[in-house]
Amino acid sequence: MKKIMFYPGCTLKGVAKNLEDSTIESARVLGYELMELPNWTCCGAVYGLAQDSVKFTIANVRNLIRAQEYSKEIGDNRLIAVCSMCYNNLKRAHIDVMKNRDKLKTLKLFMDEESEYEGHINVQHYLQFLKEFGFEKIKNYVKKPLKGLKVAPYYGCLLLRPREVAIDDVEDPHILENLLRVLGAEVVDYPLKNECCGSYHTVDKKEIVGERTYKLVSVAHDVGADVIATSCPLCFFNLDRRQEIAKAKHPRFENMPIVYFTQLMAIAFGKNSDDVLHFDRHYISPKEVLAPWL
Amino acid sequence: MVMKRIGVFICHCGRNIAGTVDVKKVAEEIGKREDVAIATTYVFMCSEPGQKLIEDSIKKYDLDGVVVANCSPTLHERTMRNAAARAGLNPYRVEIANIREQCSWPHENEPEKATDKAIRIINATIEKLKANASLEPIEVPVIRRALVIGGGVAGIQAALDLADSGIETILVEREPSIGGNMFRLSETFPTLDCPQCILTPKMNDVANHPNIKLYTYSEIEDVSGYMGNFKVKIKKKATYVDWDKCTGCGECMKVCPAYALSEYDFGMAKRKAIYIQNEQAVPLKAVIDENKCIKLQFDKKVREGKIKPKKHVRICEKCVDVCDAQAIHFKNNEEIIEEEVGAIIVATGFEVMPAEKFPELGGHYPDVVTALQFERLLAPSGPTNGIPRRPSDGKIPKRIAFIHCVGSRDPEHGVPYCSRICCMYLIKQATLYRHAVPDGEAYAFYIDIRSNGKGYEEFYERSKEEYGVVYIRGKVGKVYKVGDKYRVQAVDTLTGRVIEMDVDMVVLATAAVASKGIKELAKKLRIPYDEWGWLKEVHLKLRPLETPVAGIFIAGTAQFIKDITDTVSEASGAAAKAMAMLSKPKLEKEPLLAKVDPEICAGCGRCKEVCPYGAIDIDPRRHVAVVNEALCEGCGACSANCPTTAIQVVNFKKPQIINMVDVLAEVF
Repeated sequence: MKKIMFYPGCTLKGVAKNLEDSTIESARVLGYELMELPNWTCCGAVYGLAQDSVKFTIANVRNLIRAQEYSKEIGDNRLIAVCSMCYNNLKRAHIDVMKNRDKLKTLKLFMDEESEYEGHINVQHYLQFLKEFGFEKIKNYVKKPLKGLKVAPYYGCLLLRPREVAIDDVEDPHILENLLRVLGAEVVDYPLKNECCGSYHTVDKKEIVGERTYKLVSVAHDVGADVIATSCPLCFFNLDRRQEIAKAKHPRFENMPIVYFTQLMAIAFGKNSDDVLHFDRHYISPKEVLAPWL
Repeated sequence: MVMKRIGVFICHCGRNIAGTVDVKKVAEEIGKREDVAIATTYVFMCSEPGQKLIEDSIKKYDLDGVVVANCSPTLHERTMRNAAARAGLNPYRVEIANIREQCSWPHENEPEKATDKAIRIINATIEKLKANASLEPIEVPVIRRALVIGGGVAGIQAALDLADSGIETILVEREPSIGGNMFRLSETFPTLDCPQCILTPKMNDVANHPNIKLYTYSEIEDVSGYMGNFKVKIKKKATYVDWDKCTGCGECMKVCPAYALSEYDFGMAKRKAIYIQNEQAVPLKAVIDENKCIKLQFDKKVREGKIKPKKHVRICEKCVDVCDAQAIHFKNNEEIIEEEVGAIIVATGFEVMPAEKFPELGGHYPDVVTALQFERLLAPSGPTNGIPRRPSDGKIPKRIAFIHCVGSRDPEHGVPYCSRICCMYLIKQATLYRHAVPDGEAYAFYIDIRSNGKGYEEFYERSKEEYGVVYIRGKVGKVYKVGDKYRVQAVDTLTGRVIEMDVDMVVLATAAVASKGIKELAKKLRIPYDEWGWLKEVHLKLRPLETPVAGIFIAGTAQFIKDITDTVSEASGAAAKAMAMLSKPKLEKEPLLAKVDPEICAGCGRCKEVCPYGAIDIDPRRHVAVVNEALCEGCGACSANCPTTAIQVVNFKKPQIINMVDVLAEVF
């Protein structure tokens, strides 16, 4: 079993247990042990857009420095994140300090114990890791092809914007589709795949997110999808939980289960036990739709 | 030889220089030099009194050299040299010290340092000047013929103007017919003239003009030579049809069984493998598309040994059977023609980005088209006879979204610049659509409406008032298919609301870009282009029609996107520039060229290798480098590469440059 560094982030340790376990399990099938980064801290969730964002970057640079130390032990400089937000924050911090070396010097003044960040850490989203592993190779590990399952791929914003951290074409990405096809699923042409889910409005303006969910799910129905697959815990929460508001406001609205793409991987790999999939964490249960493959 | 009575003339340039640099102090400091006879200032040295000041001073102080400290030499070097010549001083004893672009402008906030720098620049220039030689311009002969590259409206106008003035003109067009983009348009803004009506007469004039030699379906293979004396190789592409015999009857097109997408209709219709570009093509001749013709493809496979036919197989050849003129011979009649000309006008035009480049705006759907494609759907001569129909199902669209600025003013997805013509042609298209489909609805999504031409704003108002076109200020973020319709997702920035609208068709005003192959052509011509492929003029304001290579001019949208009015004006302008050059019995050339000292030259040939103009040869007998003065542009690449300083550019010799560096690098 090969070892590779893994940054889970806070959500995976809480509500998104289904994302964490399905990610770890699917990686294991491919022969990789995801090694949790020691002493990781919060990614900051929303990247600081203030001009003077030095302090903001500090947590992520600390994470990167810890990864730098840990990578010597692991022997691989790739740091894998699967939460879109964690990926986005870590990658942006890395690019930011590599571009502005002065910032790194300033940051150093706030850090006593850490070594210098040398910039060798390759922050990757799990999808990028899988692409590098080879989608064609993944085919060999598929035990239960998701034949007949119609999936709407949903990227949200954090995997694609800003352009410098995008894991694929900003306007017309295909990486998730390509993976889903390898798993045997039928991918529908989902035009809203990079639209906004409403993000943190879910905290104080739930009705906005309710409307977004209404639109995103309705169009997914229109193009014939059975489920929407995502990699972002916030997108997942909004699209899943806020269907309640969408339904209350639009009586003809039809629910649709939301899943993590890693759950679909786990299922296709034959790892369909409850302690991997945690379907109890879904507001709209995907059990019925996925029954043929479970 | 070394000058002792130098005059230094420092220009205020209004406040451009004097606002930052203390010109009085500069004059005082420079005036202290022993070799300077007079150092003085004036508010505008390029004005008539300014030039008079220089002329009078040359006479009064018997000056043997002049430094004018003002703007960039590209602006007024010639002016100042001419002034000196009028006063009897050799013009190459005048040098410009640039204290505006290289001093006062960038150092606006540091007046004291700028003043010191100005003094230093002038001192360095004086050091260079002191070793300048008096020179006479070089004379070269002129061939009184011109070449125009590109047969759109710009090339047509330029060729006609040249030909009318008695200059034999060669017009080269890569497509089978001249006419270019303009001939494909439905109608033209703001007058709604149809281009078929206003351009056809000019096209026929080109065909019939005794002074015009027309090569269509031809491309420029190679260009060598210099102003007044260019040698051009033109490749006539294989037509497989004898054009001397072809009558343009079009019978062959009727029977040909092989199809391709029509380039003339921007893919909105099909054409045959043998085709005449359009009904009014000039010349009205057929060509065979070798990649589509069944017989030619068969022949190719036989040649490559992929197929071994039995004897006497006759493949297709249906066109031959109906060609009464017996013009179709299937022979590869590609040929290279050589022509000699004195001047070249580049009029290669523009194209637009393809819709497919914008998947977020639905560019991959058949009913989402570029504005140029929609022109064909609106054109009475087009595939739908002027009533727009959806490419997907042939239905007449009842609601169309016209999207402005697709890729323009958008460095993230396209280009940073404004494509200039889109506002007006979308206004025109919406108007024409409402005219053709009276119960149709036209919605235009725009950022700003830029209608800055004669009659343009009125045309825009008319589209709203008389034709009910609805303008929504806001960008479209997404277009996607929902059933039979296309959903347009946009924001109305005037109300702040998000808009969703289902339409039958979408027209994208995709950004205009330089036409394909322009960079390759520019390299053959050795003329510069910018990062988008637009050809670079010598000076955007004052010399917009000239390229840095003497004798090569630009007309129309090859330089940057512009409307037909401006294109035609420029074409006539470029023709006038070429005429002025060709009307001289001899041309004068700057004598600032490379010169070889045969005593030092070892004939190593490094200069020959780096010369971008092919101006250097090694004399095999004496084994030294020889410069062809007519070809040399004085760039200095040879001099920089010469290991022994045997080859140097006149008045730019190594000691001069070293003296300048010494002064500039001196610590105050």
